[in-house]
Amino acid sequence: MTSPVRPPPREEPNALFEFLLRLGDDRLVLGSRMSEWCGHGPILEEDIATSNVALDLLGQATMFLRLAGEVEGKGRDEDALAYFREAVEYRCCQLVELPKGDFAFTIARQFLFDVYAVVTLDALSRSANADLAAIATKSLKEAKYHVRHSGEWMLKLGDGTDESHRRVQRALDALWRFTPELFAADEIDRAMQAAGVAPDIAALRIEWERLVRDVVDSATLTVPHEVPRLASTRGGRTGAHTEHLGHLLAEMQSVARSHPGATW
Amino acid sequence: MVARVLPTREDVLAILDGVKDPEVPVLSVRELGIVRDVAIDAEGAVIVTVTPTYSGCPAIQVIEDDIIAALHAAGIVDVRMMTTYAPAWTTDWIAPEARAKLKAYGIAPPGRAETGGLVQLMRARAAVQCPYCESFDTEERSEFGSTACKSVQWCRRCGQPFEGFKAI
Repeated sequence: MTSPVRPPPREEPNALFEFLLRLGDDRLVLGSRMSEWCGHGPILEEDIATSNVALDLLGQATMFLRLAGEVEGKGRDEDALAYFREAVEYRCCQLVELPKGDFAFTIARQFLFDVYAVVTLDALSRSANADLAAIATKSLKEAKYHVRHSGEWMLKLGDGTDESHRRVQRALDALWRFTPELFAADEIDRAMQAAGVAPDIAALRIEWERLVRDVVDSATLTVPHEVPRLASTRGGRTGAHTEHLGHLLAEMQSVARSHPGATW
Repeated sequence: MVARVLPTREDVLAILDGVKDPEVPVLSVRELGIVRDVAIDAEGAVIVTVTPTYSGCPAIQVIEDDIIAALHAAGIVDVRMMTTYAPAWTTDWIAPEARAKLKAYGIAPPGRAETGGLVQLMRARAAVQCPYCESFDTEERSEFGSTACKSVQWCRRCGQPFEGFKAI
């Protein structure tokens, strides 16, 4: 009879590390998507605007992921976390992974995320974790002009021509089912809330939806009534992603993986 | 043996006055409020604490390199850079003399940093003064300009496009 083999002790998941990855990965992936417009914007001003927003999001991701690496304490910096994790290790929501689509789709997705960003960053600016509060306070300043950009475009497109209205309504209809994930609190969120690090994520949905509906109504658009059931409402947060994330990461990570440690 | 003369904090600040922002070369990194603190430890190491303007500003690395190079050139070799995010950088830190330099350079200086609601669309904006003809009959063409810190403005009176330093 063989002696029973004791399984190795399961490592205590670091809730703060996981929570910071979610914040950083949302911005890293959406910033990458937004940067796809660089050189392809519909007009010069929008080419510059989307590139600027992308840059801000990547900068915010850098701050969140750097702090995540410090919290983890295994010597991983923001570059290690960005370039050397697999898709299943990413913690972004599925909303930010979706291909950029047409300009209406990009704007509608950005608007839904930007409103989510301002309500969460506003709450996180009062976090018991001083480092997180500082990053949230800084990021909130940028998120406020991001949502002005995407929100004003929602008005222009929704209350614009028949074609622009049709396209942005189609985008909203397609995107709405990815929004419950943003507010589906799990054990990580509850641990952070209990520690005073984060707000009640689920409760933020009320404010988010009020702010979203204000603009959507003014834009003569309609918030979809039915939220189709998802197999999982918090897929991305636990590593279950759409097929699109792997493709995005393959492109983003290829140079760093082909030439590890390269500098320029 | 000659005792090494330790630099004073004032020496270091004077050197940093000569380090200009790479994207707004008319202002120093101190005038922009990027340098938050200078400390000198017991061994004479100079510790410079900086804060980024915009979180994605690509100039921050150049700024740190420029600060180190300027101190090295002045014979200060032991330099350490620190980064802080709190308090968050604001254009309210830019002093009146520095604002005058911006205007003379052709960039409209920032107004007061905005506070208020989370989602403010179509906001009532205080008119930006044209740095060329001084008219307030201007319009904002885009909140996003050649760098993260600047917007694109247009003067209806003199027909001159110009950049505005965004208030944040």
